[in-house]
Amino acid sequence: MFKLLKKLRKKDVVLMLVCLLLIFLQVFLELKMPDYMSSITRLVQTEGNKMSDIIEQGIYMLLCAGGSLLSAIVVGYIASIVASSYSRTLRGLIFHKVQEFNTEEIKKFQTSSLITRTTNDVTQMEMLIGLGLQMMIKAPIMAVWAIFKILDKGLEWSMLTAGCVVFLLTTVGILMLIVLPRFAKIQKLIDKINGVTSENLSGIRVIRAFNAEEFQKNRFEDVNNELTSMQLFNQRAFAIMMPLMMIVMQGLTLGIYFIGAFLIENAMMSEKITLFSNMVVFSSYGMQVIASFLMLAMIFMMWPRASISAKRINEVLDEEVKIKDGQGLKLNNRKGVVEFKNVSFKYPDADEYLLKDISFQVNQGETIAFIGSTGSGKSTLINLVPRFYDVTDGEVLVDGINVKDYKLKELHNKIGYIPQKAVMFTGTVRDNVAYGYNGKKHISEEKLEEAIKIAQASEFVEKMDGGYGAHIARGGTNISGGQKQRLSIARAIAKNPEIYIFDDSFSALDYKTDSSLRRDLKKYTKNATSLIVAQRIGTIINADKIVVLDHGECVGIGTHKELLKTCKVYKEIALSQLSEEELENA
Amino acid sequence: MPRPMSGKNMEKSKNFSQAMKRLVQSLESWRILLVISLILAMISSILALIAPNKLSEFADTIGEGLFPNTVKLEEVVVKITDSFHLENIEEKMPIIMLDEEISKEDKDSFMNLLSSFSKEEKDSSDYSLLFQKIPSSILSTLLEEFQINGVNISVDDQIKMLHLTSSSQDLSTLDQLPESIYNLVKPEMDIEKVKNIALFMALLYIFSALFSYIQGFSMATISNHYAQSLRSKISNKINTLPLKYFDNHETGDVLSRVTNDVDTIAQNLNQSLASLVGALTLFIGSIVMMFVTSWALALTAILATVIGFFFMFLILAKSQKYFNARQKELGDMNGFIEEMYSGHSVVKAYNGTEKAIEDFEKLNERLYTANQKSQFLSGLMMPIMNFVGNLGYVAVCIVGALLTMNGYITFGVIVAFMIYVRLFTNPLSQIAQAMTSLQATGAASERVFEFLDEKEMASQDDIIKALDKEDVKGCIEFSHVQFGYDDTKDIIKDFSVKISPGEKVAIVGPTGAGKTTLVNLLMKFYEIKSGDILIDGTSIHDLSRENIHKLFCMVLQDTWLFDGTVKENIQFNNQNITEEDIWESCRVVGVDHFIKTLPGGLDAKISNDDTVSQGQKQLFTIARGMLEDAPFLILDEATSNVDTRTEELVQKAMDKLTEGKTSFIIAHRLSTIKNADLILVMKDGNIIEQGNHEELMKKEGFYADLYNSQFEL
Repeated sequence: MFKLLKKLRKKDVVLMLVCLLLIFLQVFLELKMPDYMSSITRLVQTEGNKMSDIIEQGIYMLLCAGGSLLSAIVVGYIASIVASSYSRTLRGLIFHKVQEFNTEEIKKFQTSSLITRTTNDVTQMEMLIGLGLQMMIKAPIMAVWAIFKILDKGLEWSMLTAGCVVFLLTTVGILMLIVLPRFAKIQKLIDKINGVTSENLSGIRVIRAFNAEEFQKNRFEDVNNELTSMQLFNQRAFAIMMPLMMIVMQGLTLGIYFIGAFLIENAMMSEKITLFSNMVVFSSYGMQVIASFLMLAMIFMMWPRASISAKRINEVLDEEVKIKDGQGLKLNNRKGVVEFKNVSFKYPDADEYLLKDISFQVNQGETIAFIGSTGSGKSTLINLVPRFYDVTDGEVLVDGINVKDYKLKELHNKIGYIPQKAVMFTGTVRDNVAYGYNGKKHISEEKLEEAIKIAQASEFVEKMDGGYGAHIARGGTNISGGQKQRLSIARAIAKNPEIYIFDDSFSALDYKTDSSLRRDLKKYTKNATSLIVAQRIGTIINADKIVVLDHGECVGIGTHKELLKTCKVYKEIALSQLSEEELENA
Repeated sequence: MPRPMSGKNMEKSKNFSQAMKRLVQSLESWRILLVISLILAMISSILALIAPNKLSEFADTIGEGLFPNTVKLEEVVVKITDSFHLENIEEKMPIIMLDEEISKEDKDSFMNLLSSFSKEEKDSSDYSLLFQKIPSSILSTLLEEFQINGVNISVDDQIKMLHLTSSSQDLSTLDQLPESIYNLVKPEMDIEKVKNIALFMALLYIFSALFSYIQGFSMATISNHYAQSLRSKISNKINTLPLKYFDNHETGDVLSRVTNDVDTIAQNLNQSLASLVGALTLFIGSIVMMFVTSWALALTAILATVIGFFFMFLILAKSQKYFNARQKELGDMNGFIEEMYSGHSVVKAYNGTEKAIEDFEKLNERLYTANQKSQFLSGLMMPIMNFVGNLGYVAVCIVGALLTMNGYITFGVIVAFMIYVRLFTNPLSQIAQAMTSLQATGAASERVFEFLDEKEMASQDDIIKALDKEDVKGCIEFSHVQFGYDDTKDIIKDFSVKISPGEKVAIVGPTGAGKTTLVNLLMKFYEIKSGDILIDGTSIHDLSRENIHKLFCMVLQDTWLFDGTVKENIQFNNQNITEEDIWESCRVVGVDHFIKTLPGGLDAKISNDDTVSQGQKQLFTIARGMLEDAPFLILDEATSNVDTRTEELVQKAMDKLTEGKTSFIIAHRLSTIKNADLILVMKDGNIIEQGNHEELMKKEGFYADLYNSQFEL
């Protein structure tokens, strides 16, 4: 927590010091007010005083109130600046850090968690600074000062006030101990309610087909009942809070008056009036003391949540990025050559190797395909080329240079990567296709059109409202999966890369689109190298080289024809899709 | 618990009063409890109102004990000065002169003192002022013991008092008075009254707190049970809605109704309703009480607060747009971050990092500005409220002091008003708050009721026919079926086909051709527009949905598993399935080995992490489907997530299972369906070709084209 607080800017720290001074002033003024109140009381009480005296005291009191208001406004202004700029800083830090992250780190944290860390957790910290800052400074000052003011005014009253504070804090503490752990549980139950409902919705056809409505209903009701009883308990317990606070505050005033009556009764006549005005003052200071302790209690309620958030943010900021820029590249005339030399890979914490001793080379203009059953490591393998992961053993060379020696930017400039699941950004079709500039700032209109045409996307793009300028909604929800995939391919084409990486990018396309796209692409990218992960035999049947993977091992490299003869696994895959004679004819 | 200013959108309801009316109506079953708690809230407020009056009485009673009994003091003084009157002196003169104990000098000096006054002066003069010059021996003769209220005041005490009062006129001198006189003049506080008032107030506070707790308790009970019932209703409603509804509505939308909206309703019901009633009572009550107590002070207090609130509303009105701006910027920021994080690999691979950061900085800056402004403005409320309270306080004090001095009111009234001012300003902000949250409640309940009011599936009460799955032969006929998801565009146009028992039918065609739609119609998920579907000659119009579902075993493309164990998921709603059955079907689809590797085997939890792959999940769903023994089988892209080799294994197992059953298979991969008895090639809602694989290939039509495109490059 404190580590994260160090991220406050110097300027903000200075502002906070100004805040501290102003809050001192504010507390001073606020605590000055009961003094005026008491002199007003005394003036009203004793006879023979001039009206102007009372008005004078009243004006002083109002000046105090006004001064405290002004200072509160300034403090509020400063606090809003400090808190917002702090959250801006944190957001910036996290975002920059995540930009440095690689697939491995993203996977470790998970995207959804990273999003909440950048948004909700930062908001928590912002609230702590914005609200907490004022309270955290004000409450102790207030409490100490107020206690100081009343300490010599009467031992009996002080003890009563102290008793009230202790009682209040204990009950609040006990209540928190009972309720807080349940809050966490409630959060989980709400997630569960959400979960069951979304299951109901996503599986609606299955549920109906199985006539399982009743079954699901029972599952829902179980969670629903649990949630209700938990929440009921909590809220019933919490309902005690307000009446309790009220009764303590009222009881304090009553107690002070009651004790006061006896004190006055037993006092010397000369002290009675002083005692009386002390009593009135005490009742208001006593309230201040209780109020400031309640404020402190509130901070303690905020603290655990904020410190969890702080921990989560720190985890991101402290994460060491494993993949760093290389020192840069030496001039090299080779283009589009990718070579794997005895590459093995496993996740850092895993025991099992995902890829074992893979070696191959592909030259400019060639197409290499990777095939194998689910979990055979195809995707992982091609993710090693753009350095989404680093190899555990062996090396990956692009144009004869180890990928680790490239600056990431230079390496990525050579590559056109199309992921399995198409990613669309909010913006226009043009924005999305022209996303990778490949070092160049702008993309020409012809190039854009060409890329979209090759990706077989012209037809639907032109039909869209606005054509190339048509709006793509957040997450690309306004176009279909196949359309997204085609735009995502167009994005790679527009980049004009040396090396294309298709990570199972064709599966979302129907056979026809798939084949015409590949035909057009082949013509256009004569000099580019393609790395293709595929499931369909048809997609890769004409590749220059096919690498067959089985449980992370390379069980065959060759052309379709060669592999049919030599590789058992390949033949099995092929036969599961096409008949023997079709394979012969292809 | 104080809820922090959340980022929740304060939605405005379309028809607030109607939504609230509906809300109140639906609270019917809790009516009595609700009325009780609202009454309790009112009582609680009224008790809070009585309290200040009592407190002022309390203060007055204590105040009575502050000052000496001036009447008695006067009486004593008069009695003593009486002794110095000329007549008294002259009367006492002979006694003094004859008194042997008084020395000659004393007598002489006294005579000198007397003679130093003229005749006039003698008449008017108060010798008490000169008592110091009077020798004490004579003084004690001059003074006489007297009684007031049965208390003897000795001559010595009188002399002591004379000494005291001559030296100073301070209140403190009173404290040194001889006991007899002190007891007479000391302030009399009515301790009995003090005790009584204190007891009364303590009871008042305790009852007020008790009522407010009972009220809080019952409101919590009502709101939570109400929320529970709403959630159940929504959940049940999901099952009665036609699938069509979900085509136009997003899952997130329904979800947010189940959680957010219901939560909003429950929270606000719990907090706002009672506090609104309480605050209103307090507000009106305090105005009434203030006017009853003192109209002049009441006007002062109200005027002072109104001025304050005028400023506050001015600020509130101004700040609304900043709150909206903050909401919007937050939304934009969240959206942007989500996009960038989930598209991280693309951002990296396309060197988009710089642009991403550039865009982010812009958004971050905008969010900062909006954030700062809205925070500042929302932070203003509290200090201003405080100031308004103080302003009212001072105004009441000054005007009150003025009135007290002129004797219009007692000090206690001021004390009461100091509290009334707070009582009066607090509910105002509470009311404002409650109103906004009731607005939100209105909007939320509108959304919930809107969902609950959605048109349900057609009633099945008049359906009497039923097919027993044991007797069904397996014949299906589509006859001139026409259907569209909306009224404007037909997806299926005049579709007719007859399928004989035991046939394996494959449906192929490009995306959007209507393959899945056909299945949806067959399962009666949607009602056909015209035409008919006959199962063994019985129209599906005459069969209940449950009946039809029983006849079909269905495996879908989406690998739907719920949060539970492997066993629960495969068993699903059929408790008759034994573990042996489950193992058997898992063996058939080839996941038995995988299940054995899971911790706990069949009792292993299926969660959303990576331990169970998409393909394995699909195999589970197939295993589940296979256990449902039904005469018809539908596989809608059932094997799209498993690799082709596994698919082939599953296929073989399926073929065994489908023997003798009429089955429908929709598949992307044409290899899966080559051995079908009948292939229906669909395009744009019609069957454009039909026949078996060989026949269709010979035709060299659409199917052949589709098929051959697999091998092109």
